[in-house]
Amino acid sequence: MEHIITTELVSLFYSEFQALKDISIDFLPNTVTALIGPSGCGKSTYLRLFNRMNDLIDNVKITGKVTIEGEDIYKKDTNIVELRRKVGMVFQKPNPFPKSIFENVAYGLRVNGVNDMSVLKEKVEFSLKQSALWDEVKDKLKKSAFELSGGQQQRLCIARALAIEPSIILMDEPASALDPISTAKIEELIYELKNNYTIVIVTHNLQQAGRVSDYTAFFYIGELIEKGETKELFINPKNIKTQNYITGRFG
Amino acid sequence: MIKFFKSTFEKIIEGTLFLSSTITTLAIVLIIVFLFREGIGTFNQSPIEEGFSLVVNKNNPINELSAQQIKNIFDQNITNWKTVGGNKDSIILFNLDNISNFYSDSAIGENFEFLPQCISDYTEKHSGVVAFVSTRYTGKGFTGKILTTPKVTITQFISQKEWFPTAQPAAQLGVLALILGTLWVSFGAIVIALPLGLATSIYMAEVANPKVRNFLKPLVELLAGIPSVVYGFFGLVIIVPGIQKLFDLPVGETALAGSIVLGIMALPTIITISEDALRTTPKAMKEASLALGANKWQTTARVVIPYSSSGITAAAILGIGRAIGETMAVLMVTGNAAVIPHSFLEPVRTIPATIAAELGEAPQGGLHYKALFALGCILFIITMAINLIVGYVSSKKKYNTR
Amino acid sequence: MIISKKVIRNKNLKEKIAFNIFRVFSAIVVLSLVAILSFIIYNGISVINWTFLTAMPEDGMTKGGIFPAIVGTLCLVAGSMIFAIPIGVFSGIYINEYTKDSFYKRFIKLMTNNLAGIPSIVFGLFGMSLFVNTLRFGDSIIAGSLTLGLMVLPVVIRTTEEALKSVDNSFRHGSLALGATKLQTIRKVVLPMAFPNIITGIILSVGRVSGETAPILFTVAAYFLPKLPSSIFDQVMALPYHLYVISTSGTNIEESRPIAYGTALVLIGFVLIVNLAANALRKYFGKKVKMN
Ligand SMILES: Nc1ncnc2c1ncn2[C@@H]1O[C@H](COP(=O)(O)OP(=O)(O)O)[C@@H](O)[C@H]1O
Ligand SMILES: [Mg+2]
Repeated sequence: MEHIITTELVSLFYSEFQALKDISIDFLPNTVTALIGPSGCGKSTYLRLFNRMNDLIDNVKITGKVTIEGEDIYKKDTNIVELRRKVGMVFQKPNPFPKSIFENVAYGLRVNGVNDMSVLKEKVEFSLKQSALWDEVKDKLKKSAFELSGGQQQRLCIARALAIEPSIILMDEPASALDPISTAKIEELIYELKNNYTIVIVTHNLQQAGRVSDYTAFFYIGELIEKGETKELFINPKNIKTQNYITGRFG
Repeated sequence: MIKFFKSTFEKIIEGTLFLSSTITTLAIVLIIVFLFREGIGTFNQSPIEEGFSLVVNKNNPINELSAQQIKNIFDQNITNWKTVGGNKDSIILFNLDNISNFYSDSAIGENFEFLPQCISDYTEKHSGVVAFVSTRYTGKGFTGKILTTPKVTITQFISQKEWFPTAQPAAQLGVLALILGTLWVSFGAIVIALPLGLATSIYMAEVANPKVRNFLKPLVELLAGIPSVVYGFFGLVIIVPGIQKLFDLPVGETALAGSIVLGIMALPTIITISEDALRTTPKAMKEASLALGANKWQTTARVVIPYSSSGITAAAILGIGRAIGETMAVLMVTGNAAVIPHSFLEPVRTIPATIAAELGEAPQGGLHYKALFALGCILFIITMAINLIVGYVSSKKKYNTR
Repeated sequence: MIISKKVIRNKNLKEKIAFNIFRVFSAIVVLSLVAILSFIIYNGISVINWTFLTAMPEDGMTKGGIFPAIVGTLCLVAGSMIFAIPIGVFSGIYINEYTKDSFYKRFIKLMTNNLAGIPSIVFGLFGMSLFVNTLRFGDSIIAGSLTLGLMVLPVVIRTTEEALKSVDNSFRHGSLALGATKLQTIRKVVLPMAFPNIITGIILSVGRVSGETAPILFTVAAYFLPKLPSSIFDQVMALPYHLYVISTSGTNIEESRPIAYGTALVLIGFVLIVNLAANALRKYFGKKVKMN
């Protein structure tokens, strides 16, 4: 199988501070990969490489190579809009826009030139169904997104990301601000989505990583310590740091 | 024992602090009491100066004249009693200064002791006469009719156009021209300041790099601190002559000059408040938009501005409030003609400027003095309303985190 | 779904246009503001010298200095601050540290906001009616100071409140847990931490007081009074009113123009110093707090 995302010796500097050190990981399509590690070890930073969100921060320097679907995304003439269309992102806290439920999901389409109402309706419905939210909101699409519960808001944000048909979805601790029931729903959803998307998920919750992911990568102070199949890594960690972390000795 | 002392001490301090915090409320109450006590006094007075009255021939069917009618009669805009609902008879204005034309010195008396009889005699002989005389002369034995004048009413005060509080015989107390003047100038100011201010705040919050912003922010703060007389002075020496030359006007002191100066003065308020509002947009929300392929402008227009719209509205309203209440700068550049403005190139007069210009000359306790306080009341009510609106707008819940 | 090149080009063009409009508008704002400043500095700088600052006005205010106006303004600043600082700071402390009752808090907040929104000329009317006429202070430093003090009271209250709010609750709890009383906690822990911000707010309100004209028009300001006050019941000249007078109704407006430029520059200089001082203090204390 061909890798959909590859990173080769990627380093990232916030001004002087090196947040990532020579990270190389490859990702297979239609898999879920979990990034784990203590807080501040660079998981989010690494994740944000894939849709170039780190570009928004001043004085960031990146070296190494990142490819998505075979293309170097840090090439000069990379079309960032097209890249971000291909690579959806779900954030830690649910962050719907101050708009209606419908307009939240339609947002990505609208900003990219799709304004045909029938197309929008169709895509919104499709995305909301995919994110298992349709039945709960179909009667109140015109209502403000803020009226939804936290868990619903997060699924709305997933629907919002799905609407522009990405092939990759990045999730940065998507359930850390949610209650256990909502968390379970999100995990179930991730399992479903795996059939159509490649998912990279940051989580500090090891059980969650164990439940949802096929592969796991363990980060520690900007370095990739160990990566491999989730089961393997959890049962049989090769590195002592990984072992300490998953047995709860630090972090 | 020590403990008791200590806790008593704490109680005393707490009491002192509490008292201080009530002073604000007390101040507002006092302001309302003093402002309105004087202001409402306007409405119990006759527009005719105390100690004087208007007299006519006793056969004249007219019993009452309004302040406006009196003014028109004495300005000779009305020359026939018919116009004000009386007989068809032309109006004869009798002026005390000319009395010697009609009566000999001896008839008047050496010490004017027979003056009342002369006035009485004159009013009796001329059916169309109207005279404005001291009540000293209209006592016992006076054969003319003393007219009554309706007291100033609130409706009159608000709806009448003419503001001429020192007019004789009857003060003209219509604030419509002043209210319109105030709104006119403020409207112009906001038309200038709003687009510039909002654009600048968006630029500072969303476009400019931190270095530029760190230069702009203190500059705007500094300009917020510059006294209004300085702005007025600048307007007076630069903008007023500029407008005069540009539009080839007889005078440059115009509503436009006022609007420009006020617009500049309202800028810091608008920029600061609206920039603060824009900055409250959660970073996560902006990132979500960018992650969906929106560019910065789309994010600004579709997410940041809607999210901070209540703060931006508050900024605009406060800007208007600042413009409406501003005194000195307007006083210096608008020409202060108390007429209803028809264009931006005419002099106007605003409520605050009127108070500032006239209070010094109005005798304390007189009708004029009270009328100026009534203007203050109007201003107070307008700004209170603005405050309430701002409070309401900015308290509207925009974002429910849970 | 493929996003066409055209759509992207189109939206990036819109972005460019929008942002350039903002740039141009901001430039207009900055330029006009800078123009005002530099105009007054340019015309005023040559007027200012030691004599100008320390001499009495002469020849119908067309010559001489502005000494009495400077002194008058300083008197008014001092007088209003004596009133506004304790009451404002106390109220701020009470509102932030003692009121749990959210109704009272909201009420006071509403009142403070309302007081802040009242136009300065209305304060002038009020001051004249209460202090000058009813309390019979006459046109005097005390009447003007009280009027100005009342006007800046909301500024002091608000900054105090904000400053106290920015002190993290953990410090309060830490102190209370050690057995300190509430008052001790406020005095020894909260106030020292909030102090820099409170001071900054006070300095800014000094700037505001020194430039206001409308409230002092009928409560203290003298048109021409070439002597210094000897008691708080005296009238004084004041810088902003002086500028107003010599630029609009002086005996000879043309001849007193240089004096007007000089006065305007002194006023601006005052505001500038006040702002710089506030910023410097903020920075200085900001560092110190971090170091501790
Ligand atoms: N915008 C930034 N500027 C400077 N340093 C940053 C920035 N964002 C993150 N960092 C630093 O980079 C490191 C990694 O951060 P992050 O990727 O957010 O960690 P994680 O998601 O694993 O908790 C941390 O030490 C953090 O302090
Ligand atoms: Mg993170």
